[in-house]
Amino acid sequence: MSRYKMHVLVCGGTGCVSSNSIQIVENLKKYLKENGIEDEVQVLKTGCFGFCEKGPIVKILPDNTFYVQVKPEDAEIIVKEHLIKGRKVERLLYKEPNTQTAIDDSKHMDFYKKQMRVALRNCGFIDPDNIEEYIARDGYQALGKALTEMTPEQVIEEVKKSGLRGRGGGGFPTGLKWEFAYKNKSDQKYVVCNADEGDPGAFMDRSILEGDPHSIVEAMAICGYAIGANKGLVYIRAEYPLAVKRLKKAIEDAREYGLLGKNILDTGFDFDIEIKYGAGAFVCGEETALIHSMEGERGEPTTKPPFPAESGYWGKPTNVNNVETFANIPVILLKGADWFSSIGTEKSKGTKVFALAGKINNVGLIEVPMGTTLREVIFDIGGGIKGGKKFKAVQTGGPSGGCLTEKDLDTPIDFDNLVAKGSMMGSGGMIVMDEDDCMPSVAKFYLEFTEDESCGKCTPCRIGTKRLSELLDKITKGQGTMEDLEMLKTLSETIKDTALCGLGQTAPNPVLSTIDTFWDEYVAHVKEHRCPAGQCSALLQYFILEEKCIGCTACSRVCPVGAISGKVKSTHVIDQDKCIKCGACYEKCKFSAIIKK
Amino acid sequence: MANCETCKNKLSESCFRELEAFIDGLEDKNGAVISVLHKAQEIFGYLPREVQQFVAKKLEIPVSKVYGIVSFYSFFTMVPKGEHPISVCMGTACYVRGAEKVLDEIKRTLNIEVGETTPDGKFSLDALRCVGACGLAPVVLVGDKVYGRVTPDQVKSILKEYE
Ligand SMILES: Cc1cc2nc3c(=O)[nH]c(=O)nc-3n(C[C@H](O)[C@H](O)[C@H](O)COP(=O)(O)O)c2cc1C
Ligand code: SF4
Ligand code: SF4
Ligand code: SF4
Ligand code: FES
Ligand code: FES
Repeated sequence: MSRYKMHVLVCGGTGCVSSNSIQIVENLKKYLKENGIEDEVQVLKTGCFGFCEKGPIVKILPDNTFYVQVKPEDAEIIVKEHLIKGRKVERLLYKEPNTQTAIDDSKHMDFYKKQMRVALRNCGFIDPDNIEEYIARDGYQALGKALTEMTPEQVIEEVKKSGLRGRGGGGFPTGLKWEFAYKNKSDQKYVVCNADEGDPGAFMDRSILEGDPHSIVEAMAICGYAIGANKGLVYIRAEYPLAVKRLKKAIEDAREYGLLGKNILDTGFDFDIEIKYGAGAFVCGEETALIHSMEGERGEPTTKPPFPAESGYWGKPTNVNNVETFANIPVILLKGADWFSSIGTEKSKGTKVFALAGKINNVGLIEVPMGTTLREVIFDIGGGIKGGKKFKAVQTGGPSGGCLTEKDLDTPIDFDNLVAKGSMMGSGGMIVMDEDDCMPSVAKFYLEFTEDESCGKCTPCRIGTKRLSELLDKITKGQGTMEDLEMLKTLSETIKDTALCGLGQTAPNPVLSTIDTFWDEYVAHVKEHRCPAGQCSALLQYFILEEKCIGCTACSRVCPVGAISGKVKSTHVIDQDKCIKCGACYEKCKFSAIIKK
Repeated sequence: MANCETCKNKLSESCFRELEAFIDGLEDKNGAVISVLHKAQEIFGYLPREVQQFVAKKLEIPVSKVYGIVSFYSFFTMVPKGEHPISVCMGTACYVRGAEKVLDEIKRTLNIEVGETTPDGKFSLDALRCVGACGLAPVVLVGDKVYGRVTPDQVKSILKEYE
């Protein structure tokens, strides 16, 4: 990188690419060339910076300038003002939402201050398509160290000592898992990377694959060496085209550099990686289902034991780990188990990546040390609730998890604490909800998801999730009874106890974790046919307050069905028969003249 | 996924030949059915009965098994997509920011349900789970184009772009 005086990093993550960041790269290159400084300034397309809310992001090094919501046409002013004259473009700088002060060095942003980047160490720093950049940041050194200085037993020992636990949801100690696979003797073993990432609303694994694919390639090779496997497979969602493309390129480049293939680094160790595509089934994230899917079958789970470490892909010992778990491996080998285990809490070491989304100011991808509190994540890093609304709950663990509330905000986040509070770590989805979110509806959303995704193999899950979602549907339409509420609870407990795999066993969690905490809200739907959050459209009508309406016509212009009538500067009215309760008028009225009840 | 340019959803001979070449080129047919179906859907745009039968025959497995797989995985479709496939993200982040209302508005405007195609073949509608652009929630895709922070009242003007 040293040839250049300055570097311009442009986010090439899915969020920013969706808002045209590739064009920014093109334009920057064009203006650099026009001004004859293309040899002094390097333009790089990197992985996600995590700050997707304010994308597209452009960062300039060495001065750490952080530009947000950059448009392709801003490329000209960035080149002319900043890169040539050294004057920062004030209007593109990030402003702290509370104080409105512009931040000129990203190190001072609240969003980054409390983060610690281990798994995401290279995301947003390197060009993921360029193996040399990965190597320049100590890439493949851990593999070299393992192959030349360590025995497989020592590698496993180091991973065990680090205290790393699986980031795919279960939290199983990674070193122990490797040891099982190592001890099962066989002519053929496999290393599998689980990149199925099924949790709707989560994109941690995808960002790692898009922003730092070589870290996964390297870690899988290390794992192969440790357990005695020479074949790796990545099971990835076909819906992740960009991640697939970058991973493919990384594998090809690694082969070319002799870091995959036969006789790696002249050590006699062979290892290669093949990509297998998922086809949109959440249950395939479960490891036994994933293996069946890779074998070309329907992705239905089977009972464990046997665990994949004994009998996995084609009946051979197979070690399955999650993407983020793998991303930690090279750092652990390079910096040592002691360094890693100094981060985090007693039983959960290291950091965790979360996809922070929902009603929060800074939607994005964050990584914090285990033990950080929910309050720090939501209010310091996340910048608090959008629009100054009141925090209501945060959902962790996706469809298998639960909702945590105000009283849990000071809980340090780790595997065991979240379970103790009735939720779970899951893979890292974190959805923040405010006073406008209706909890029975949220539970219904998740149950519709699991009902859809149930593979149908066992009755408690196939029929049970359907009944749960029917009951929730009744309740959110105001047709539920108190018996239905009791039924929700008993049915949930039964499914939990009797379903075959993790999907069914955890499916009732969104109900169980909301029904007690938000009992009053459930009861209001049943007894008063009222939705306190004002979400359930069957239970709600929109009205215009005569005394507040100034007749600006904004509402009647957005109404998709023409339900609002009224002349300019006179009171408007909503025709209740026509209204489809879309809420567009409510969002639009600047005079708080529209109410829902 | 690009449709085969020459046939556009019609089950032409050349599409079958392309698929056949892919299957014949496989190193190992054992367990390959899912990758073959991915390829087939890339070529034909969808997986009608004829294609499933063809795949079964070539891989020497029962058609029922191929159908079992096609119907299990939501990525595979047995009906042709519209000229402009619309996908509404119904991931959690989009859901809590109002994706359902946007979806309802699209359904109402086009008068089709999720999984259907308009009679003129112009639009088809699907619900997806997290496209990874949660910062832009709620997100709607038309073809490859991403629309972020969509509100129900924008639906009309978005669809207009494709008329
Ligand atoms: C329904 C269900 C879905 C799952 N989805 C995923 C997933 O998308 N990604 C993942 O890494 N693990 C997922 N898991 C966990 C895997 O079964 C497995 O525990 C994990 O991949 C092991 O890797 P780890 O030890 O590194 O976490 C899922 C489990 C269940 C029961
Ligand atoms: S619990 Fe659900 S997903 Fe799991 S095996 Fe049973 S039916 Fe399939
Ligand atoms: S937007 Fe509000 S103030 Fe304007 S006409 Fe509608 S109700 Fe009245
Ligand atoms: S809620 Fe929607 S349909 Fe009803 S009046 Fe307002 S804009 Fe029109
Ligand atoms: S995609 Fe650009 S910051 Fe996340
Ligand atoms: S939930 Fe819609 S983009 Fe992530």
